[in-house]
Amino acid sequence: MAILYNTDKSLKERVADCLEDDFKHNAIKTAQEVFYVGRGKLVAEMEGWEDLRRHAVEVRNHVTENLDYYVKQFAQNAEKNGCIMHYAPSGDDALWEVLDIFEKHGASYAVKSKSMMTEEVGLNEILEETGIKITETDCAENILQTAESKPSHIVVPALHFDREAIAQIYREKRGYDGSSVPEEITHYLRKILRHEFMEAEVGIRGCNFAVASTGSVTLVTNEGNGRMVDSFPKVQIVFVGIDRIVPDLEALDTMMALLPRSAVGAKMTAYFSLDSGPAGPGEVDGPEEVHIILMDNGRHTLANTEFSDMLRCMRCGACLNICPVYRHITGHGYGSIYPGPMGLVLTPGLVGYDDIDNMVYACSLCGACSEHCPVGIPIHDLIREHRIKIVEEHKNHAIEVPIFKALELFWSNVPVYKFGMKVGEPIMKALAHGDTALAEDSAWIPVVKGWTSTRDFDILSSTRFRTWFKEHKEEQAAQKAHGVEGGEQ
Amino acid sequence: MRIAFFPGCMVDMMYPEIGIAAVNVLERLGCEIEMPEEIVCCGQGLVNSGYREETKAAARMIVDAYDTPEYETIVSLTGSCMNAIINDYPLVFKDEPEYLKRAERLRGKFFEFTDFIVNELGVTDVGAEFNDTVTYHKSCHVTRLLGIKEPPLKLLENVKGLEYIEMAHADRCCGFGGTFSFKQPVIAGEVVYEKCQTIIDTGANVICGADVPCLLNIKGALGRLRSEGKLDRDIRVMHIAQILDSRG
Repeated sequence: MAILYNTDKSLKERVADCLEDDFKHNAIKTAQEVFYVGRGKLVAEMEGWEDLRRHAVEVRNHVTENLDYYVKQFAQNAEKNGCIMHYAPSGDDALWEVLDIFEKHGASYAVKSKSMMTEEVGLNEILEETGIKITETDCAENILQTAESKPSHIVVPALHFDREAIAQIYREKRGYDGSSVPEEITHYLRKILRHEFMEAEVGIRGCNFAVASTGSVTLVTNEGNGRMVDSFPKVQIVFVGIDRIVPDLEALDTMMALLPRSAVGAKMTAYFSLDSGPAGPGEVDGPEEVHIILMDNGRHTLANTEFSDMLRCMRCGACLNICPVYRHITGHGYGSIYPGPMGLVLTPGLVGYDDIDNMVYACSLCGACSEHCPVGIPIHDLIREHRIKIVEEHKNHAIEVPIFKALELFWSNVPVYKFGMKVGEPIMKALAHGDTALAEDSAWIPVVKGWTSTRDFDILSSTRFRTWFKEHKEEQAAQKAHGVEGGEQ
Repeated sequence: MRIAFFPGCMVDMMYPEIGIAAVNVLERLGCEIEMPEEIVCCGQGLVNSGYREETKAAARMIVDAYDTPEYETIVSLTGSCMNAIINDYPLVFKDEPEYLKRAERLRGKFFEFTDFIVNELGVTDVGAEFNDTVTYHKSCHVTRLLGIKEPPLKLLENVKGLEYIEMAHADRCCGFGGTFSFKQPVIAGEVVYEKCQTIIDTGANVICGADVPCLLNIKGALGRLRSEGKLDRDIRVMHIAQILDSRG
């Protein structure tokens, strides 16, 4: 399964690894700040931001509700433009389609631009296994491919490497002999990649939005590599998730006003391509053959569940950039190519609950993600919805059930509660050794250790508020009665 | 004005002094306060952990206690419990039409403590005096999920002698998150210690908030820092009601 990775380790172990890596931890924290400060500034100065969001919600919901119609319309129009359409219900189906295309052309060399859909199906690994050379041309993706590392962010995937580390990766794996000055590394990359663009037989790319009314696919990048992937090689393969479709160019405009602002805090990106089919007669550039892989891979199913709001997601990463948990455990803590808040909804939505460990509990439900989501996905509510489903489907840990059953009783029965307070108070007092809080030395006690291993826990007070309140009211009543009597004297 | 009071179970269990302070403030403002006896907890911790079915008993109890014709206005001392009652109970009772109807009725009757004082009573100066430096944690439930941003700050602004210092990222989560902080103590620890650092950086002597659970969390972390010698001064953790109840 290409969505999950590093599953040999538990969430706890992955988190511990991430926290040990000070560089990664700090890099993500800094990047978060840069992105959301940038986003905040742009949003504040933009008139009608909320109207735009509302409009985007309407547009995206409309497509989800009429998914079959728009999939068909997009496919028909793309076909009219001369594209060859492939419908892939699953990731495996998509891989077979791609392998067929390579076989048909006898191709063995491809360049690729960043695409989450290809990550989702594990395209690179499969192509490499069959002897096809595939080069990532997005700078960050190239670093990851060279380092054999996984993305730590959906928009800026190589955040966890600094310039020194990047230079070292190229020195070790590619014989780079330059310095760690970013310009020098990018110049080196540009030189080797130029050659690959010219040589590659196939270009493989993703698609940010697919326009149904024109059959066009779009690509939003900052480096320009995507434009070369989609114009140099003779054969082009475009991966389009069926949840990328927008009805028309006007809707695309709305989405494009939201995407770069939400993603990286910029009004626009350096490059934006709108491609409608192969090169026409007399056109000097562009591919001769364009294949569009329209991929479902669980999206249709998702559209008919409580999680259908998630199909509005445009992968901007704004929720990652504001998440108080993501900033510490980084993308690698989650063990999914879709990390952070959106990942906690999407990952189990696509792969189910059996292999995700405790992922959906790595969230405090603070709601910052939902507040920042440009397309108004109630992300934290949906994360909780997964937790509810996990319990309903009995996929929760058996060991926690009696604890929650006990809480159910304790929190709904006044005599039981009062008895618990009576028994609990002296016990806690004893454990606190005269202090007002339980300290680290109580971290041997089950459940309690969850808290006191990292923080102190205040003990129960010696009186209940309800007791004070009752006495207070009685006192007031007595005073009132006394006052009335006094008045009569 | 006659009001029903919802203290939240942490006030009852651990911090009666917060409840007492709130009662003092509200009574000074002319409120006549009632509180039902048959209440324990809103059940938020259960539903947020996915135990929707198990939340029902606690939630029914709260609805039974507060949804009565005699209570027109209910004041909650804790934002997160109030959020659970008005925003999560519809989910809890989605298959229980009778309680769903009653829970929805509660929605219009519930007011958060600071919001009630400022927007219902129309008071921004409660006559308090507190001679110290204070920072305020803009808790997720009060600030974001209930949308109450201005009232607590307005109230603090009018406290005589109080010097307010805003912490960086004041509305960032403290890492409590109910059972999250028990289930994921390492992550919760990272989040709360970062919150503590922003509090310490203000130089304020007091951190206050309008959500009791966050205060328990922040207090526990500051206490641990202090006992480990990583913090060289006492920073008091207070509910905003305690500051508003102060008289110099």
